[in-house]
Amino acid sequence: MIGYVIRRLLLAIPTLIAMLTMVFVLVRLVPGDPAVAMLGDRANAETLQTLRAELGLDQPIAVQYVQFVTKTLSGDLGRSMTSGRTVLEEVALVLPYTLELAVAAMLIGTCLGIPLGVLAAVRRNQWPDYLSRILSLVGLSFPGFVSGILMLLAFAVWLQWLPVMSRASSDPITHLRNLALPALNLGLIMTAYIARVTRSSMLEVMGEDYIRTARAKGVQPMQLVVRHALGNALIPIVTVVGLYFGTLIGNSVLTEIVFTRPGLGKLILGALQSRDYTLLQGLMVVFATFVILVNTATDLIYALVDPRVSYAR
Amino acid sequence: MTDFAVSQSFPEKHSNPVLVALRRNKFSWIGIGLLSVIVLAAIFAPVLAPYDPIKQNILHRLAAPSAEFWLGTDSYGRDVLSRLLYGARISLSIGFLAVLIAMIVGSALGILAGYIGGIFDQIVMGIVDVMLSFPTLLLGLMVAAMLGASFENLIIAIAITETAPFARVARAPTIAMKQRDFVEAGRSLGFTPLRIMRVHILPNILSDIVVVASLWMASAIRTEASLAFIGLGVLPPTATWGGMIREGFDNILSAWWLVVFPSLAILLTVLALNILGDALRDAIDPKTRSQG
Repeated sequence: MIGYVIRRLLLAIPTLIAMLTMVFVLVRLVPGDPAVAMLGDRANAETLQTLRAELGLDQPIAVQYVQFVTKTLSGDLGRSMTSGRTVLEEVALVLPYTLELAVAAMLIGTCLGIPLGVLAAVRRNQWPDYLSRILSLVGLSFPGFVSGILMLLAFAVWLQWLPVMSRASSDPITHLRNLALPALNLGLIMTAYIARVTRSSMLEVMGEDYIRTARAKGVQPMQLVVRHALGNALIPIVTVVGLYFGTLIGNSVLTEIVFTRPGLGKLILGALQSRDYTLLQGLMVVFATFVILVNTATDLIYALVDPRVSYAR
Repeated sequence: MTDFAVSQSFPEKHSNPVLVALRRNKFSWIGIGLLSVIVLAAIFAPVLAPYDPIKQNILHRLAAPSAEFWLGTDSYGRDVLSRLLYGARISLSIGFLAVLIAMIVGSALGILAGYIGGIFDQIVMGIVDVMLSFPTLLLGLMVAAMLGASFENLIIAIAITETAPFARVARAPTIAMKQRDFVEAGRSLGFTPLRIMRVHILPNILSDIVVVASLWMASAIRTEASLAFIGLGVLPPTATWGGMIREGFDNILSAWWLVVFPSLAILLTVLALNILGDALRDAIDPKTRSQG
């Protein structure tokens, strides 16, 4: 078991290096001179030269690559061209907002999605099932910003229940009211996803022999579903939700932009608008690292909860 | 000649998945119907559109939906319905072309990796895994930002984000096919590997790939709209759905129609493709074939 954990953790290292290589290539896709792209055509030669040196662009490409990988692996993701802060400082400033949003969305998604999926599986091919399947299909079809805008329009503009802007506030009630719409938006998309996965996972488990045995032994239906079936159905749910993390990040970026909420999404948008390529490159590394870590953690959790996973591989 | 070889080499694995899906899943009719309407609207946009989509008319700016302008006008006085119809062309063609490129490149990589195996397989699949670890939207955003937003560059950006899943889908059945007798027979007859892959393996895994394509086209259209909303879409004044929402967002307090109608257009298109993709997947997946 410990051997498996170590092997799985070691496997993340080549993945990380390959990811860095890809970011390196992507950033060099920029047509022409990145220094000119950043400072504009009218920048004087001296400023351009300083920036090129700062970015390491005056070095041969192989040297640039090695420097980039070694610096990043040692935790140096570079500095934002506009604010002068390091990328990690920039991320640390807004990370709490994004995390708060993601956690709230996860909570909503799990609390609504799992019961909805279980209900659909238990009442298969009856109206609760159809309703839940239609709802999750619609939920999965919404791009995060479209659902966000429609909710904004409905609850903040027409009904005026909740604020349009989602700024941070020291008053806990205001803070929660500000969080409500973005969290609900992201949470409902998660709900759609979790309900779908839960349904198919439950259907699979409910067909197993041990469930039939339990039913034959006279286990109460409620107990059968919750204790016998759901426990085992949760394993694939955890995995798939872990894999969904990348999409969650994409949707949270869009949600933050719609609700003018501080966070990683606004940070990316700002970097794009000010052509801050170093910040963009750093953020890309941060996001992909997050995903790789979550995937690794999901694999490990999977191995911990499912005794059938072979550690020998 | 190729067709002859295909039909001679092996019997068809399953009947046309589209027909199977339509027969078994009444839901899929909704998907096909919706999609047909949207595609026809895009094709006949020049005929259907009541006004020029980019012609500004300050006298009629921000007009609410009325008999004259069915879906209202935007802040430049442009007709929203006309812009929606023309926007369908951009969304559908970017989605279609991006998925087509991703499908061709991804499947080729997947088949090659599965057929050749060994180190080549490990390298290709390693790259595929890394690409899958980038969130789709962010990868697209990065590429579009680096290349500069334009019709062609958006296609490239979205195609790059969607190549990896196709490689995954094509590789697994290729490995299974490699062991089959007819491939073995082809090899002993001295067919080149390229011919075996093209004539004997590709047609057999094509239906799997096409199903994935319809689901990923939904994702491609979502990504295009999201990028346009962020400001990385086809440049204005060209009408795109995501771009219309971006522009309408500034006037959301006074002119709801600017965001609601393009939102519905995106939602219905993605929904239609998802319904269709789901039905197709059920039709070819033996695991769900017996289920409702």
